[in-house]
Parts: sequence; structure tokens; C-alpha cells
Amino acid sequence: MTLSFDDVRRIADLAYIETNEEEAHVVLAQLSDIFNLIEQMQAVDTLGVEPLSHAQDVTQRLRDDIVTESDQRERFQAIAPQVEEGLYLVPKVIE
Amino acid sequence: MFNVSLKQLSQQLAEKKISSVELTGEFLKRTRALNPNYNAFITINEAMSLAQAEAADQMIASGHASLLTGIPVAQKDIFCTKGWLTTCGSKMLSNFTSPYNAGVIERFNRVGAVNIGKTNMDEFAMGSSNETSFYGPVRNPWDVSAVPGGSSGGSACVVAARMAPAATGTDTGGSIRQPAALCGISGIKPTYGLVSRYGMIAFASSLDQGGPMAKSAEDLALMLNVMVGFDDRDSTSLQREAEDYLRDLDRPLAGLRIGLPKEYFAKGMSDDVANTVEATLEIYRKLGAKMVEVSLPNAQLSIPVYYVLAPAEASSNLSRFDGVRYGYRAKSYSDLSEMYRKSRAKGFGAEVKRRILIGTYVLSHGYYEAYYIQAQKIRRLIAQDFTDAFKQCDIIMGPTTPTVAFNLGEKNSDPIQMYLSDIYTSAASLAGLPGMSIPIGFGDKNRPVGLHIIGNYFAEAQMLNVAHQYQLETDWHLRMPEI
Amino acid sequence: MQWEIVIGLEVHAQLSTQSKIFSGASIAYGAIPNTQACEVDLALPGVLPVLNKGVVERAIKLGLAVGAKINSPSIFARKNYFYPDLPKGYQISQYELPVVEGGCIKVQMGEVEKTVRLTRAHLEEDAGKSLHKDFHGMTGIDLNRAGTPLLEIVSEPDMRSSAEAVIYAKTLHSLVRWIGICDGNMQEGSFRCDANVSVRPKGSDKLGTRCEVKNLNSFRFLEKAIEFEAKRQIEILEDGGVVRQETRLYDADRNETRTMRSKEEAHDYRYFPDPDLMPLEISEAWINKVKQMLPELPEARRNRYVTAFDLPVYDAIVLTATREMADFFESAVKQLPSQAKLCANWIMGEVSGRLNKEGIEISDCPISPGQFATLLERISDGTISGKTAKDVFDSMWHGEHDGNADVIIENKGLKQISDSGEIEKLIDEILIANPQQVEDYRGGKEKAFNSLVGQVMKATRGKANPAQVNTILKQKLS
Repeated sequence: MTLSFDDVRRIADLAYIETNEEEAHVVLAQLSDIFNLIEQMQAVDTLGVEPLSHAQDVTQRLRDDIVTESDQRERFQAIAPQVEEGLYLVPKVIE
Repeated sequence: MFNVSLKQLSQQLAEKKISSVELTGEFLKRTRALNPNYNAFITINEAMSLAQAEAADQMIASGHASLLTGIPVAQKDIFCTKGWLTTCGSKMLSNFTSPYNAGVIERFNRVGAVNIGKTNMDEFAMGSSNETSFYGPVRNPWDVSAVPGGSSGGSACVVAARMAPAATGTDTGGSIRQPAALCGISGIKPTYGLVSRYGMIAFASSLDQGGPMAKSAEDLALMLNVMVGFDDRDSTSLQREAEDYLRDLDRPLAGLRIGLPKEYFAKGMSDDVANTVEATLEIYRKLGAKMVEVSLPNAQLSIPVYYVLAPAEASSNLSRFDGVRYGYRAKSYSDLSEMYRKSRAKGFGAEVKRRILIGTYVLSHGYYEAYYIQAQKIRRLIAQDFTDAFKQCDIIMGPTTPTVAFNLGEKNSDPIQMYLSDIYTSAASLAGLPGMSIPIGFGDKNRPVGLHIIGNYFAEAQMLNVAHQYQLETDWHLRMPEI
Repeated sequence: MQWEIVIGLEVHAQLSTQSKIFSGASIAYGAIPNTQACEVDLALPGVLPVLNKGVVERAIKLGLAVGAKINSPSIFARKNYFYPDLPKGYQISQYELPVVEGGCIKVQMGEVEKTVRLTRAHLEEDAGKSLHKDFHGMTGIDLNRAGTPLLEIVSEPDMRSSAEAVIYAKTLHSLVRWIGICDGNMQEGSFRCDANVSVRPKGSDKLGTRCEVKNLNSFRFLEKAIEFEAKRQIEILEDGGVVRQETRLYDADRNETRTMRSKEEAHDYRYFPDPDLMPLEISEAWINKVKQMLPELPEARRNRYVTAFDLPVYDAIVLTATREMADFFESAVKQLPSQAKLCANWIMGEVSGRLNKEGIEISDCPISPGQFATLLERISDGTISGKTAKDVFDSMWHGEHDGNADVIIENKGLKQISDSGEIEKLIDEILIANPQQVEDYRGGKEKAFNSLVGQVMKATRGKANPAQVNTILKQKLS
């Protein structure tokens, strides 16, 4: 398959990365090369093969339902771009 | 002092021949002199390092020392370190002073090791040359016109130039082994799940694994003894009995079956690398090992598979960098959406954005099955290849990289060529197997060559044994670049 | 044309754990902003999720209560989208293999029992909150709620009216509280409903295009929103238009729904299994252990009340509306086993009425089941009449004499006169004093009898045993 310019605009939009037209063209060229490489996969017959998400065949470990964390707001917000009254500030959210 | 083993340093500290403050001071002095040539560190904080050294000296004085107490260790800037700038090589985190410690950092702190600085790296560990760092490229100490490899290029450089006795790295598709090979040092990526990923800034969660980089296999064993261990804050951390990775170092190798994957020796490897690897295998034969030809028929697919799975996971892992709670926020924006899009466009470098886009694409509606699921299926086939191979051999060997270190800028404009430098290392990552690289000589332009050793799951002690026996016979690991 | 409304509900039940689904931060409601958001909730670089066992246990409870399949392994997936209240840029949820699959809930629509099938119930984390107080044109984000455990319970489109949807939602609401997995507090957002609404010509078996209506945080809004939405869709279709598939928001102030996003604008969430979380195994042994912890379910209790206590089905349904009410009933009956119907009548009548009037739950009833049973005992043993009992009940409600019915009866001299000699004497006096009524009654006017009874009750200030008065009076007049 071939990647289109629209595909690049679509995924840049999904990934929330501002991309101007010129950049998108460059990205398109590079991504097309990479997808040519990736296309090799399609030649492999994987019928009946189970996908492998993790190399280790282990199950999920659970934690007990206990509160272990205490308030560290001051430390965490010391590195925040913009806070007021203990809230993280962002440009107006419109629902 | 700069070229002695961790054990010897530890002994000198124990015998009070030198204090940790003095030792740390010596390495800091050397770093001050050398780092401007190599750009291997992102952050050096002498006051904080020396304060740790002082505390280590007290630990030694009170008889609570262990082997790494008081030893300076350089930390890859991917490990969150409380009170230290932790950038992951990115503009996005160029103002991020971590409010907490990674599991790995905690383990070093607990034994009183000294953090001597945060090492440069490819941005978010995405790269094989250390050229994607927001902080500029790292130079290879063997030849400053060459790259050190990546993504743990800073750590590899620091150890090669003896700016620290040992360092930490992380490896997703070869990021410990490839720079170790290109810088002529030793490095090991343990079995997935052995080293805590908590606080290790995620690139591809199902592949990322921390590990040590040092001069020798013996030093790696000492480092692993500290780094490996269960962490209940990481759901993928394995609960296993503690191992002493030094235990098997002295075993003779007679009867060892070394598997040589025919695919790795077929083509793609440059002559200088091939010759150096062949000479190395000859030494193993002399040590009593037997060579067995094995096959990894799907291994050549590991790059395509890797470049689907790792970017897919990365595209999601890096969504948290939005300029809301920490990190870089664009200076001007007209609304919320633009704040996000600009912060991410300007905060991430080109390679990171490229991978986010690849990952977004392969996960997007209509492509998921063809790319992501297909890649996971082939991942299973690759893992199965290794299982089959290990029925015929104890350990697998080959070159770590197809060529010696390339020049700065050489592959910069061609992502594909760059990606192919991980051709031999990524398969083991996909299978979750431990992999290692040790220095075995020099190739073209007198640049180092590395031997890739892949072990079975949890075979780290055996791999270290295999490497150590070689290092008893040779002195490549003791060679230092002329500085 | 006749239209049929088709409704399916998605309910987000906040699970009543101590800590969050993937971190050790508290989920207590109403804390100072961002004081309950730890490094994991804030998605600092490098942090990882670890699943809370209590969350899984609660999901298993629901699964068992609705007769669903408990999946093992069950998988957690990432749902990717950007929003300032979503710190990681993805929500950890479940896509394929949710913990709970299938099952059904029986709901009582008046006299008719209906079965609503469940599609699934999956675990996920809640997002934070955007506070729309204006900070010089900016919005403030509070991440205390981020990571709060939710169980999203999805029904099949099995409901046919807003009333059915409300009854289903109420039954589910009662069930999650009954089995102790959710406090059900709707004001605090612990139980939130989204409705999938479509309409089709009556008799058609093809589903119409549906709209998802969000933001329904009370049963009343749920009902009104469905009604509005169905009407809107019917009007479109009757005008020859087509309904667009979209997500709509209910505006309670205006009582209308409006477009949030259309299908074309729908997010591409790029679900994929979360690589930070291994497959969740739920062993048979664990399920059995949870089964032991599960209380007797409402349906089982209902049946038992009918068979063991001989109650009408209607009474059994009302009494099992909440576990607290059923428990109140059972403790009272335990003290008064022969008077189950009397208990039922009083709980459904006097007690419920009073609770409603005061706007409190039965768990906060000032009269204990024991005290209540004592009161009923005094009715059944003839100490007081039912009418007097209501006065005693009132005194008990106000805590007089610590709610002790016997002391109240004694102190207020409310004991019923059951001495037949005394009553006879009184009746004789009244008959003499009211010759006209006696005449009328004997002349066939039944009403006159009641008037005479009233005279007796009045003379005894209601303390005469009415049954006795009736019998004696009849004898005297015959």
C-alpha cells in the first residue's frame, strides 16, 4: 500500500502534532520509505499464529486496595507550566 | 585508577586507600576536562555527587558498605532522578526536574553508589547514533568524527573515555549493545522483566529494559547484582529469587555449544567485522567451545516488526507530553488545541515525531490488523525461532552491528539506513531474551568491533561467564582510546 | 405511523474502593483539588499502573450477580485521545475480553417481569475534572478524580420506553448497592447513565440509527432526555428526514439534547492492549471465594419472602427494593415471625411514608428494627390498636423514651381497654344516652352502628379494643 499526503495530515492531526504543508511532504517521503520496509511483513503467512504482546508468559500481578499515597501537590506543581489555586491551567476547554 | 575494575575500586575504598569523595572528585575532574570534547553528559552536578560520596564514606566507615558503595556510576538521562534534571534527551523535558526516583536509581542509592551525572542519549531513546538528542550529538572517544551509537551513546562514551567506571543504559532494540559495540565497551540487556521499568521513561513498554554498561563482564555482573530485582510498582517486573551474577564467572567453557545463526553470517556484515568476529570464535574454540550452525529464519523480519511495534507503543506512551502538567509548553497559542499541537511540534525532535506518526498510523482504524497484529504474530515466530535454536546450542553469537561506527551525519538523512544498524540486536529484544556486547578488537579506521552474545531467558550468569572467560584471554576490554 | 422506541443504557458505576484503580491514591470525594493525584495519576514520565485487586473483585461480584461469564484472561487496552483531564493521553479501559461478558437483569414493570440482557461490563479509569470557573480566560484542571475505578455496564437495546429505561436503571442502581460495589450516589457522580436511543416503525425488527445521549445524572433526567430524544427522532423521520448517528448532550436546564459530535467527527481511539499490563487471570478459586462473599441477591430474597412468609409478590418486590429495607424487614420479622404481613404493611406504609416525607434512607431511620417489632407486637397482642400505634410510632420517631414503645404506651396511658366488663358498662351507658341511633340501627340504618362505635371510642379516647367493641355492641343491639 502507499501512504498519501492526506494520510500524513490525518495522522499528524490524530497525534496532535502541528505539521505545515512543507513538513508534511518531507514526512510523507520518509514514511513511505519506512512503510516499504515494513511491507516485507505482509509476505509472511501467519495464519493460526497467536499475536505476541509480551515475551514473558506471565499474568498480571495485583495490588491490595490500600491508600499508600499522600498529598504532594506542592512538589508536583512546582514543575508545572501554569497553576492557580492548586489547579493546572489550560486554555479554555469548550465542551 | 581510571582503568581498574569495579572490584579493585571497591577494595581500595574498603581498605580506605581512597575515599569516595576523593574517587568521585577524580572522576569529576576528568569529566570536566574531557566532556567538552564528547558531550557525553547532559547534567553534571558536582555538589550533589559529592554529597552522595560523603554519605557513602560514612556508610563505609560504619561498616555498612557493599561492593558498589562509594563507586561513581553515570546514569542515563532516561531514569527519573529526584532533584536532578531528567530530560530524556528532549526539549520536551528540558525543564523537568524529577520529583521522584526511578526504581533503578533507588537501588543504586540504597547501596550508596554515587550518581556522577546524567548521560546524553538519543531523544526518548529513539536513535542509533545519539544524533537525535536535543543536547547535541555525542562523539565517539575512539574517533571524534564517528558516532558513539545509540540510544545509550552518552553512557557508552562515558565508560569508553573512563569518565566513570560504569554507567546505566536502556535497550529497546539494541540501545545498550549497539553503542557498547561502537565504543569498545561491554554492555548487557537482561531478560525482559528483570530490571524495574518504574521511573524509566517509556519508549516501547513491551521491549524497554535497563541494563549496565561497563568495561568488563565482571563489572557488568557487579552492576547487575544491584540493578536486577523485583519492583511492585512495575506490573511487568518479575518476582524471582535473587541471583549472584558473579557466581559462574570462573566456569571453564569446555563443551559449550555456541550457536551461529546462518542468517547473521550470510550477508550484510562488513569484512572487517566478519574477520574480527571469526578471530574471536577461534579463541572460543581454543577455550573448548563447539560451534553449531543454527537458523533464525524470521530474524530478517525483526526490523520491520520492530518498526511497527515500538513506534505503536511509543505513539501512545508519548501522549502524556502535552505541556499541561510538566515539561515544555509552547510560548504562544490561540486555543487549547493549538497549545497541544504546537507544544508537541516544537517539544519533540524530528525522529521522535516520525516514530509517533508511524505508530499512530499502524494503530489507526483500518490498519491495526494489517500492521500491528501482523507484527505481533511475526514477533511470536521470531521468539519461536530462538526457542528452536536453543535446543541445539547453549548460547548464540554473532556481530553486534554490521559495521564499525559510522561518521557523524553519515546516516542522518536516511532513517532506513539508521534503522538497519539494529539488524542483529532487535530480534533478541522482540523475543525478550538477554543480549550482550563485548569488545573484540578493531575494524576499519581502527574503530571498535563488538561481539553479540544472546542467551536463553535468565541465562545472564552464563553469558557473563562466556564473556569473562574471553576477557581473561584477551585485553580488548582494557584498551582505552588515546585522549 | 406508530413508532417504537429502542433504548440501551451504558452505566458508569464508580467502584467503592479505598484507592484508585492503578495507584495508591485515595478516591475520597470532595478533597482539595489535586491533593489526591499522585505521580501515577499525574502521568509523570516513567510511572506505571498496577491494578487494584479490590476493583477486580467488585467486577466479579457484579458478574456473578447477573449470571454473566467472567473472562479469564481479561485484557486491559489503551483508548487514545487528548484531553486536558486525561493525563496520559490515553484512558486505560477494556476493549476485547472485558472482565464481565453477558448476563441479564430482571426488572419488574408493574406486574410484568422483563429481562434486560447485558452486553458486557468492563473496568476503566475515570478522568479528572475541568473546572469552568474562569481563570482569566483559562480553565483549571483538578486531577483528583483521575484514576478513580469505574465499571461500565452496557445493556443490550432491550428497553422500549423511557419508563422501562428508568426502571432498569433503578434496578441496576439498587443491585450495585445491594452487592456493595458502588455507593450509588448520583449527585457525586458515582452512578452515571448514557442512553443509546433509536426509533423504528412498530413491528419492524430492524434497528434505527441511534444517538448516544450523555450527561444523564439523575433518573428524572434519564427519563426526560429519552423522551425528548425519541420525539426529536420521530419528528425527523415523519418529516421524511434521516437521523444522523451522533453523540448528543442532554441539557437539563433547557430539557433538550444537542449535538456533541457527529459520527464523522468520532474519535479514532486506536485501541490496543496496554503493554504495561499483562493479561488478567481470574481463577475459579477466586470466583468461588467472591461467591461466598456475595449477599443473598434481591431475586432470591423476593422468592423466599413469598414462600417462607407468604407475602404477596408485590410486597416482596417493594421490600427488596434496597438491601437496607429488606434487612430492616427481616430483623423485624425475626422478632415477630408470625406477623410478616403486618411488618410488610407497616414498612411499606407508615415507615416508607415517613422516610419519604423526611427525605431520608431507611439506614438512617431513627427507629431500630427491634423497636419497630416491639411496637407491632403490641398491636398483635391487643395492647394497643393500629390507630394508637401510629401515635406511638410518631413518638418513637422523635426519640421519646429512647424509642421504647412499651414505656411510651405506659407513660401516655395508651393501653387498650380489653376488659369486656368495662366495655360492656360503657356501651350500656352510650346506648341509653343515644336512643335515636339505636332506633335507626334497628330500623336498618347500618351507618348508625358506626356512629355508636365512634361514641365508644371517643369515650375511651380510642383505647377500647375496636374488635371487642364491635362484638359487644352487636350482641347488645340484636
